[in-house]
Amino acid sequence: MIVVQDVHKHFGGFRAVDGASLAIEPGSITGLIGPNGAGKTTLFNVIAGVLEPTSGTVTMDGEDITGLPPHALFHKGLLRTFQIAHEFSSMSCRENLMMVPGGQSGETLWNTWFGRKRIADEERALRAKADEVLEFLTIEHLADHKAGQVSGGQKKLLELGRTMMVDAKIVFLDEVGAGVNRTLLNTIGDAIIRLNKERNYTFVVIEHDMDFIGRLCDPVICMAEGKVLATGTLDQIKANEQVIEAYLGTGLKNKDKVGA
Amino acid sequence: MDFLNAIVALSNFVLIPAIAYGSQLALGALGVTLIYGILRFSNFAHGDTMAFGAMIAVMVTWWFQSMGLNFGPLPTALLALPFAILGTMVLVLITDRMVYKFYREQKAKPVILVIVSMGVMFIMNGLVRFIIGPNDQKFADGERFIISVRDFKAMTGLKEGLAIKTTQGITVVVAVICVALLFWFLNRTRTGKSMRAYSDNEDLALLSGINPERVVMYTWLIVAALATTAGVLYGLDKSFKPFVYFQLLLPIFASAIVGGLGSPVGAIAGGFVIAFSEVTITYAWKKVLVYLMPESLEPDGLVQLLSTDYKFAVSFVILIVVLLFKPTGLFKGKSV
Repeated sequence: MIVVQDVHKHFGGFRAVDGASLAIEPGSITGLIGPNGAGKTTLFNVIAGVLEPTSGTVTMDGEDITGLPPHALFHKGLLRTFQIAHEFSSMSCRENLMMVPGGQSGETLWNTWFGRKRIADEERALRAKADEVLEFLTIEHLADHKAGQVSGGQKKLLELGRTMMVDAKIVFLDEVGAGVNRTLLNTIGDAIIRLNKERNYTFVVIEHDMDFIGRLCDPVICMAEGKVLATGTLDQIKANEQVIEAYLGTGLKNKDKVGA
Repeated sequence: MDFLNAIVALSNFVLIPAIAYGSQLALGALGVTLIYGILRFSNFAHGDTMAFGAMIAVMVTWWFQSMGLNFGPLPTALLALPFAILGTMVLVLITDRMVYKFYREQKAKPVILVIVSMGVMFIMNGLVRFIIGPNDQKFADGERFIISVRDFKAMTGLKEGLAIKTTQGITVVVAVICVALLFWFLNRTRTGKSMRAYSDNEDLALLSGINPERVVMYTWLIVAALATTAGVLYGLDKSFKPFVYFQLLLPIFASAIVGGLGSPVGAIAGGFVIAFSEVTITYAWKKVLVYLMPESLEPDGLVQLLSTDYKFAVSFVILIVVLLFKPTGLFKGKSV
């Protein structure tokens, strides 16, 4: 369980995240929605250790993980993907997946020279696992393609695949659907649901596509202007007046606030 | 017309020196390019890292010589090389801990790191001159030539002689071994792959659980080994003089940029492009042309495009042309 308590992240005078608190239940697929600039990605970055919060704490299963670097969080089972898919462009898709579990024994110079057998065994296991993941994601035909050359949607699948190379506890998906066509989006959705059911992954999903959110997520958290506005099912959120205000503006009710 | 003599003269004065010089530049440029790819800044202290490594090699060589140790026909400096590499590794790791780490944690911009590396450069430069003095030091020993001019003439009966210095032979052999090892390491080992991954996409590498400090440490170790090897080879081939390594910075950076910063293959190609340009442009072609042309057309002057005093201008011009027209270099490195 991840608990975010009163997190602030200010860039100079700009308050990207302004006192957000939320809790993520283990085993859930939590949706994080909100208008552009609501601070969703910044909050992700704070949780995932890319940014250090100005104040506030993040705890994971009761342990304070505020400000831990990403590679340390990775080893605790907290993974994330990017809004714009990242990949090691000069490596093949399979190699991309095989890079994932950091801290393999081949990463020390000593083992490079003296632990050849151990590395070879490990690589074989990784390779099998990578192929399995590629098959799960229905992109096994891309195994030997350079990751820099596959389509945007396939890169997103590859990102999801990366989280499957280890036993992740919780995965943060930043706009998995952005720039992805319907068919692929459904594939991604299916994969998320299966991972959640079969491997008990907890997901937090930032997404603008409400159909996608509606299909996958319960609960849904809505953010605006750096704060958490509401939590509930998508229908509850849709009916929430504050949320409608945040998305559509305050209208004519209080003119002085418009544009602020 | 006398093709054979022309080819021999060309090999003797252009090809062989350029290949040796190119290998030295390539090793130097590999170090620069690795730092750029992984630590993401241009390391101005690289020339003086080479000087430091070479200095240790010179001193260990003297110590070996005083004990009567030698390497047969090969220069004693090759025996001293491993010690020099270890010494340089210690130095760069200390520098990284004391200086670069601080800026890395601040997530300092590359331009700040470049200035920092200039500071490190001045300190290393001072350190080297403080320890060994600013003067020329000879430390090459063993057999001087693989083939000397006289032997070659006696062997072939040609008018032109061809000399291959032992140091030139060693330079090429050692460079080939280093490059082969490096490429095997980067492409075949897990450590090397994590370095490539880190260079390709830092954020993703971090999120894949790759420990950045470890990648950085290995990078410095490899760079120290490459720099020391390049420095010792250059010193053996010419002579050891601290300030010369500082001047080498320009052709080394030109090589790395011509090849494409961050691309190891590019660094090697760039090294040879720069070396061949420098040597061919500053070579007096009269001798070769006399053999090739009919008597009536023989040139009167030296046919030297540029005096050797201006050899650094060659790298400078190539550097500017590349930056203007193809900033990512021959092998699509990162643009500067």
